[in-house]
Amino acid sequence: MSNLQWKVVTILVVFVAFFAVGIYPLIAARYGINQPKVLMDKALKRGLDLQGGVHLVLRVQTDTALASETNAEVERLRDLLKTRNIPFTSLAATSPTEFKIEGISSEQDAAFREASAEADTNYNRTPGVNGSYVFTLRPNIAIQMREQSVTQAKQTIDRRVNELGVAEPTIVLQNVDQIVVQLPGVTDIAQAKSIIQAEGVLELKLVEQGPAASREALLPNGQVPDGMEVVQGSGGSGEPGTSFYLVKRAAAVRGRDLRTARPSLDQNNRPAVSFELNSNGARLFSDVTGANIGRYLAIVLDNRVVSAPRIDGRIGAQGQIFGNFTQQSAQDLALILRSGALPAKLDYLQEQTIGATLGADSIRKGMIASLVGLFSIILFMLIYYKLSGVNAVVALVFNLVILLGLMAYIGAVMTLPGIAGFVLTMGIGVDSNVLIFERIKEELEAQRGVRASINAGFGRVFWTLFDTHIAALISVAFLFQFGTGPIRGFAVTLFFGLMSNLFTSIFVSKTLYEMVLSGRQQVQTLSI
Amino acid sequence: MHIFKHTTFDFLRWRFHAIVLSWIIIFSGLFVFFTKGIPLAIEFAGGTSVVAKFDNQPSIEQVRAAIDKAFPENVIVPYGNVADHQFMIRVPHVGGETGTSLTNTSAQIKDALDATKIGTVQIVATEIVGPAVGQELRSKAFLATVLSLIGILIYIAFRFQFSFGVGAVVATIHDLLITLAFLAFFQYDMSLNVIAAILTMTGFSTNDTIVIFDRIRENLRGMRRDSMHHVINVSINQTLGRTVITSGTALLTALALFFFGGDVLHGFAFTMVVGIITGTYSSVFIAAAIVSFWRGQGPTRAAAHAPASVAAPASQQQPTRKQKPQKKARAS
Repeated sequence: MSNLQWKVVTILVVFVAFFAVGIYPLIAARYGINQPKVLMDKALKRGLDLQGGVHLVLRVQTDTALASETNAEVERLRDLLKTRNIPFTSLAATSPTEFKIEGISSEQDAAFREASAEADTNYNRTPGVNGSYVFTLRPNIAIQMREQSVTQAKQTIDRRVNELGVAEPTIVLQNVDQIVVQLPGVTDIAQAKSIIQAEGVLELKLVEQGPAASREALLPNGQVPDGMEVVQGSGGSGEPGTSFYLVKRAAAVRGRDLRTARPSLDQNNRPAVSFELNSNGARLFSDVTGANIGRYLAIVLDNRVVSAPRIDGRIGAQGQIFGNFTQQSAQDLALILRSGALPAKLDYLQEQTIGATLGADSIRKGMIASLVGLFSIILFMLIYYKLSGVNAVVALVFNLVILLGLMAYIGAVMTLPGIAGFVLTMGIGVDSNVLIFERIKEELEAQRGVRASINAGFGRVFWTLFDTHIAALISVAFLFQFGTGPIRGFAVTLFFGLMSNLFTSIFVSKTLYEMVLSGRQQVQTLSI
Repeated sequence: MHIFKHTTFDFLRWRFHAIVLSWIIIFSGLFVFFTKGIPLAIEFAGGTSVVAKFDNQPSIEQVRAAIDKAFPENVIVPYGNVADHQFMIRVPHVGGETGTSLTNTSAQIKDALDATKIGTVQIVATEIVGPAVGQELRSKAFLATVLSLIGILIYIAFRFQFSFGVGAVVATIHDLLITLAFLAFFQYDMSLNVIAAILTMTGFSTNDTIVIFDRIRENLRGMRRDSMHHVINVSINQTLGRTVITSGTALLTALALFFFGGDVLHGFAFTMVVGIITGTYSSVFIAAAIVSFWRGQGPTRAAAHAPASVAAPASQQQPTRKQKPQKKARAS
């Protein structure tokens, strides 16, 4: 095959490939034609602003994850010092990454150092005055824990959203500690939000005192006894209630020993949540319940006592949480427990809801604007450049198909700014053709032959186009870097638009000229 | 077909007029900016924005009366087509900063509208942005613009000469300021989309500039005995046709978006329209003028420093061009 034939084959292969990925699935979906699954999965997706749904931006309070680690460390050390009979006056966390112990006597200093070295090595120990020590979480460990808590939070949200049954959700990390959650088609925002945000920390703790109407009534001398804590009852729907319990600080059973949870009914036929423990949890549960028959067991969820039933006998792997549930809230709690606890607290930074009708309206307007823009360019090019205008229009169509194909292939999502970027790309894309054609005109005026003029036109303009495209790519790169959500989509559209434009305006357009001229021996005129 | 065939406008003669005109626009823009300010869209200002759809068209006063009680500070504008009976209601409150209470404000707006019995109300869109987000976005947008300008400066200085890079970047900063001035005149909300348009504009407004610079660079090889002033004028005239056409096609699409793209894209399209027009204007009147200022009035550097007998390496690419009389070397 000749050089020209190779070029034509290359162009056709590229066209068919991108058409198959980018455009065929859309047409097939529209007219209900069967298509291979590979193509259907790749079909261009509509963004939230076009489809309707909820867009949430959450921030993981990584400090809370560190704080709970520090608190756990404090408790570990407290237990250790107790068993070794090393007295101290106070031991408490002073910041999420720091805790302080005071009042170690000088005789016990060596023993304390040994004990604290055994307890954990994640903290740096700095001695202070009068037998005090400050423990600081090692910076590299802190960074690692923060990252870990964000990743775990994302995984937990992933599971919860999947359990909610949202079709094609998007859950991505952003700016170190933020998680963007997009739920297309979801209408009950409040439910989705509370399920995502619920910490889901379940603990079963033995009740020492209570319930009482106030904190003061629980603690006659105002002091919380060692190893115990006061937990408020739940007033339903996450609000604090009016009852207070004094419970053992150490949980008898924790949520991580849960195997599964499901909504059920209690003996009075009211909604409840049944859970099942794994073997470790079942052993602990059966020990605790067996040894404490007649006492009360508080079911603590996110630091609120949901209910505190009496232990009537030894219980194994199965248990039930009852309280003030509706069918919906029982279902939601089961879901949260199944998907596991969040490692840290979450804040909502941003929330956006788009109704489906508004999305449809946006699509319609975006399409109309695109078509008007495209057709006015096509019309202009045909009038101004005549037959060469046809060349430019073919290049434009190629550009469109390649761009759509690329976008579909990388799994880009079509947003409204994306559509705008699309139209602009086409408007700016023909600029390359204009520059080339104007140069060819100049060369023709300088009395060069048609073929020489075309070659010179493409040859000389190549570096101009190279420079303009690189300059545009520089700003697109920063746009992408800066952007969030839809703006990123916009930058991606522009980026691929610039790339495919270089290909179509130079390679495709020139090959088209070569094809037209190849059959003829002497070419005297060029319609341009 | 040809527009601007063989023009010989003395563009550089008008550079002072152009610069004065630009400063007038920029200063009036600043004036408006400091007196009225540029309204910030919700993604920057923070707050709650709700699009409410009524079954009957209420007057804007009715809607305002309903909202005023709960939220004295509010912005209410019709949204979309009149036939849609939609209003966008914006209040600076976000409810509680954290937690599920983020939705409280939008629920309160709905309650307030329901209470007045204007008709059945449906909330079709809500957007709630906490105060932290806006600040972060603002600084990031600024950083992205500055960085992309620096990137373009370096690239053009590398590909052309330093003075060209300065010319391109000054022209782009000019475009940014003019666009911001027009945003202030017409009081468009500074939204994420508008920022995207501004950032896109910084990339594409250099296009025309590069085309002109490219021609100046090319002509400098053939017109070594002419003054920089003359070379620049000839180059702008030679490329005038394509400068206008390329901007025209881009403008066609931006106008299509402006007129048909709907409310969401309005600010975006407006920014693009202004950006494209001012980008063309600055390429012709500002960018080259800066190069001219920088390089002085005298003969081109090549003529001043290089003996005529030394051939520039670039001339090998186009041996025929060098011998031609300079004015006919490029005819557009």
